[in-house]
Amino acid sequence: MSTLTDPPNEGFRLSMLINDTRYRSLTFQVIAAIVLALCIWYLGNNLIQNLRAAGLNISYTFLGDPAGYDINQRLVEYDSQSSHAKAALVGLLNTLLVAFLACITATVFGVVAGVLRLSNNWLVSKLMAVYVEIFRNIPVLIWIIIIFTIMTAVLPGPRAFRGDNATASMVLDAFAFTNRGIYVPMPWFENGLFASTAMNWLLVLGGFAGSWIAAHQINVWANAKQEATGVRPKTTAMILAAWLVPFLALMLIMGLTWEYPELKGFNFSGGIKVGGPLIALWFALSIYTGAFIAENVRAGIQAVSKGQTEAASALGLRPRRVMNLVVLPQALRVIIPPLISNFLNITKNSSLAIAVGYADITATLGGITLNQTGRAIECVLLLMLFYLTASLTISMVMNVYNASVKLKER
Amino acid sequence: MKKSVILGAMTFAGLAAGAASAGTLDDVKARGKLNCGVTTGLVGFAAPNANGEWEGFDVAVCRAVAAAVLGDSSAVEFVPTTGKTRFTALASGEIDMLARNTTWTFSRDVDLKFEFVGVNYYDGQGFMVPKELGVSSAKELDGATVCIQTGTTTELNLADFFRSNNISYEPVPIETNAEAQQQYLAGACDVYTTDASGLAATRATFDDPAGHVILPEIISKEPLGPLVRHGDHEWGDVVRWSLMALIAAEELGVTSANLSEMAAGTENPEINRLLGTEGTLGEMLGLSADWGKNAIAAQGNYGEIFAKNIGEDTPVGLARGLNAQWTEGGLLYAPPFR
Repeated sequence: MSTLTDPPNEGFRLSMLINDTRYRSLTFQVIAAIVLALCIWYLGNNLIQNLRAAGLNISYTFLGDPAGYDINQRLVEYDSQSSHAKAALVGLLNTLLVAFLACITATVFGVVAGVLRLSNNWLVSKLMAVYVEIFRNIPVLIWIIIIFTIMTAVLPGPRAFRGDNATASMVLDAFAFTNRGIYVPMPWFENGLFASTAMNWLLVLGGFAGSWIAAHQINVWANAKQEATGVRPKTTAMILAAWLVPFLALMLIMGLTWEYPELKGFNFSGGIKVGGPLIALWFALSIYTGAFIAENVRAGIQAVSKGQTEAASALGLRPRRVMNLVVLPQALRVIIPPLISNFLNITKNSSLAIAVGYADITATLGGITLNQTGRAIECVLLLMLFYLTASLTISMVMNVYNASVKLKER
Repeated sequence: MKKSVILGAMTFAGLAAGAASAGTLDDVKARGKLNCGVTTGLVGFAAPNANGEWEGFDVAVCRAVAAAVLGDSSAVEFVPTTGKTRFTALASGEIDMLARNTTWTFSRDVDLKFEFVGVNYYDGQGFMVPKELGVSSAKELDGATVCIQTGTTTELNLADFFRSNNISYEPVPIETNAEAQQQYLAGACDVYTTDASGLAATRATFDDPAGHVILPEIISKEPLGPLVRHGDHEWGDVVRWSLMALIAAEELGVTSANLSEMAAGTENPEINRLLGTEGTLGEMLGLSADWGKNAIAAQGNYGEIFAKNIGEDTPVGLARGLNAQWTEGGLLYAPPFR
């Protein structure tokens, strides 16, 4: 029986790279990778050589030069003598602001529309279907422009508020809705505990954090008591007090007052101005992406089998608790992953801001700076880097959340 | 992912390859068509008429160059560009020349690697406000909201003007003239600022032009002119001298009416050289001998083009002012044709 021997142990031969199935796929992958790398090298080299031939070079020194232009919405200190880098930062913060706001409202719109679309009420469900189909089937740029156009055409200009027989007036003498934006009263502290306004607001935030911890402790205490005695103590008043008392005390001590907007010269001044471009862009992005999220939510809810709902009802749970305790936690697993891409879409679509004159990073770094300095490749590379970083960060945060709600197998 | 990297790199390489190609004159001749960058629409300077044909002051320069090079003033492909896209379009080779009321500045000439071939309109930045505001000087504009066309020299001048006068304003950046016009008319901004010629052209399209005033302050020098890519000097010469031919023609009294008569030969040797009946100027440029005659035949001489598109008898209604011939107290001065 010595005929059954191992195959002769030959050394590695070059032909085995093609003929031996163990190596073949590896061979082709290596070849493909080399070809790809060569292509990229060729194109990159071509670019560099052509740039050199045209007398252009890649340089980022322009970022330190004074920008020379003004920006209408600034979240940090900026004037026309600040550097291009600072202008890019202002734009970046504006992008992040509108993306953040739009992500929140789009989620609210989406969840409401998605749940209502499954309603048994024929009118409500059909209305939601119409909303979804209209908004997700028209490009977002068109929505941004039309919302902005309607806003500027319908709302009165600041001039209409002037004179004895003004055609427009402020709501409650505190809010002014104009076609340049909405002016709201600004809270400020008469005798703040710190010299800087930001520190005072941080203190208020700190107060909220303390309240949250206190409310949490009350819940822990109530749970312990319930487990020990079977009776849950009434906590509503205590939690309310934990939230309100520190807040009201802080406001009283620091002397909260409101600064109301008033018509001065060409515009309203005082108060906080929420610019028209920001509102139009924010609303358009929210309502457009909300339509997509609504479909995700509907898909998520429908993915939970009917048996779950029926079983929960059979146990005597009321419809609201069925939704909150049984359906939604399971639906979230289906909803979250596509929700991530919707958030990424909001961030990327916010680059359409220039259509309504909103100074996001595409408008400052990729628009005015690019144009004034002529450094197109440098600016576009920076923009790509920024959007990539922002998107990957959002993706990462949402994936952490996704990991916390996904099915845990034990 | 891999695919998008390749595509991105190819785009860059494509852009760069376009920029590196030389011999625009040969390219245009081979193509039989001139690609000329113009605005997306500014009445009087460049806008399509009711028949969809482009016409205007800047368009006339494109047509003159096409006539000089190809002998056909209609052999032009007009490429509308915004303030933002124009330089990329020219640098990438998408267009052969840009005639889009573009201000000649040091950094554009030197740093952006372009070649301004001359000035076809001496302009300056101004402000337009509704009459009902009762503003009579730009220095009274403290706190005003100002619409600006983004990607132009105007936003820099504006920042400088308000800073040096120590007054504040709120800028509203707008992509195109049409959108700026709509925002201004809706009252979303108090003031519209751009080159004074552009303001006049925009105002001409309003329902009620008399309800808007252009403030007296001119806050900048804006020499507007056609430009080409840096480095292709033969092509730069063709565009430069086509423009100069139009200006010289007005100075020498050559008009579209008497052109054929003059082209038969005159007593004035400079006219003869300009129209190609004497000397070899066309050959030196690499063009036919009658290039100058063709350029002038396209739309007439500089004065005729001005009067027809933006002059005082048109809705735009601009006076010659600085743009008169040097013999009449203006700045237009064509170098000698010899």
